[in-house]
Amino acid sequence: MEKQATINLEQQFQDRVDQDIRIEPKDWMPEKYRQTLIRQISQHAHSEIVGMLPEGNWITRAPSLRRKATLIAKVQDEAGHGLYLYSAAETLGISRAEMIDQLHTGKAKYSSIFNYPTLTWADIGAIGWLVDGAAIMNQVPLCRTSYGPYARAMVRICKEESFHQRQGFEILLTLSRGTEAQKAMCQDAINRWWWPSIMMFGPADDASPHTAQSMKWKIKRFTNDELRQKFVDICAEQVKILGMELPDPELKWNAERGHYDFGKINWEEFWQVISGNGPCNKERIAARVKAHEEGAWVREAAISFANKRAQKQRPAVA
Amino acid sequence: MKTFIQIQRYGDYGDREPVKAEGATQNQADWPLWEVFIRSKMGLDHKHVGSLHAADAQMAIENARDVYTRRQEGISIWVVESKYIHASNPDEAASFYDPANDKVYRHPTFYDLPDELKAM
Ligand SMILES: [Fe+2]
Ligand SMILES: [Fe+2]
Repeated sequence: MEKQATINLEQQFQDRVDQDIRIEPKDWMPEKYRQTLIRQISQHAHSEIVGMLPEGNWITRAPSLRRKATLIAKVQDEAGHGLYLYSAAETLGISRAEMIDQLHTGKAKYSSIFNYPTLTWADIGAIGWLVDGAAIMNQVPLCRTSYGPYARAMVRICKEESFHQRQGFEILLTLSRGTEAQKAMCQDAINRWWWPSIMMFGPADDASPHTAQSMKWKIKRFTNDELRQKFVDICAEQVKILGMELPDPELKWNAERGHYDFGKINWEEFWQVISGNGPCNKERIAARVKAHEEGAWVREAAISFANKRAQKQRPAVA
Repeated sequence: MKTFIQIQRYGDYGDREPVKAEGATQNQADWPLWEVFIRSKMGLDHKHVGSLHAADAQMAIENARDVYTRRQEGISIWVVESKYIHASNPDEAASFYDPANDKVYRHPTFYDLPDELKAM
């Protein structure tokens, strides 16, 4: 394509985005937009799928039938979220097999939070409250993202997420009103999940060079730091209902800013976990690869069965 | 940090095997892609909700139930293999929809009638 023509197309594309007209799969889009979206949506999908592992870990040991049923339902929802998102990414021209392969070979990333272990039952509560809470904070603005299939997937996901956060908070609330040991367990889980949760919003704005372009394309609607601040403000209030504390001595209401100030994030830890050195990175990928490989015969058998049946239904040629 | 975690093995999901060599999943074709349409209640149209992979139509319907109706969002499901969907070309939208552009008289508001005229 001639250069001038491309510039015109790009201008038309940006005009549509500026007017909040959604971009759909068959529409022209800049190659960089397509690539950025594939990366963002597939990472998001991988996070939903890998995110099932730390919680799945506690399904057999949930303390009651009620807790077990809700935890199964939540984990099943996360599988659904992964599937909505994989489908959305596929509309951009990448195959499911390719995405799965990128995850299994470590080429694709997923949210670093899922590389932390779930040591006690209270962790399931803390994940629901903080991890799903941070995810919701990230995802609600994405319901208005510029790419149609992504936005529609996010609408469905957001509808389902709110029970996730509420069931988590309920678990912590119950523990916070329990025995001394239960209270201690509750506080310990909050202590371990707080910092990784606020890292979920990604690097600080001055360390995320692509934010400006993504905001211009409306595949991101707020900056990392804006969302993080919003999340801190909300959690600093909610934790009072639990009678617990967030593990940050510098957390303090700043009347001038109208926000909570909070301590420095350990970005060194964040980059370590992202680059594969978190507590559970290897276990998580190993679990995914194992599930995929052990399911191979099922996938093959289903295809053979479908082919055989199709053959039988085809009218015999004379 | 790592050794601290190695002891956390509960066995609910496999974490004993090492990660296989790269490319372990390559060359595996996806199941065909299906588009899913759901009627949310009697009297409403089936509406496109998304897509999924399945080996055949029956599996597509069952998967659609699990993926798209976990909260009673539907009472009827249609699936069609994506390759059978034919779509209009967005690049030609301007000329394609042009015939309707200058026919405002197809709308009731086009007609000048006195306010006294009721029930019309
Ligand atoms: Fe989710
Ligand atoms: Fe969730």
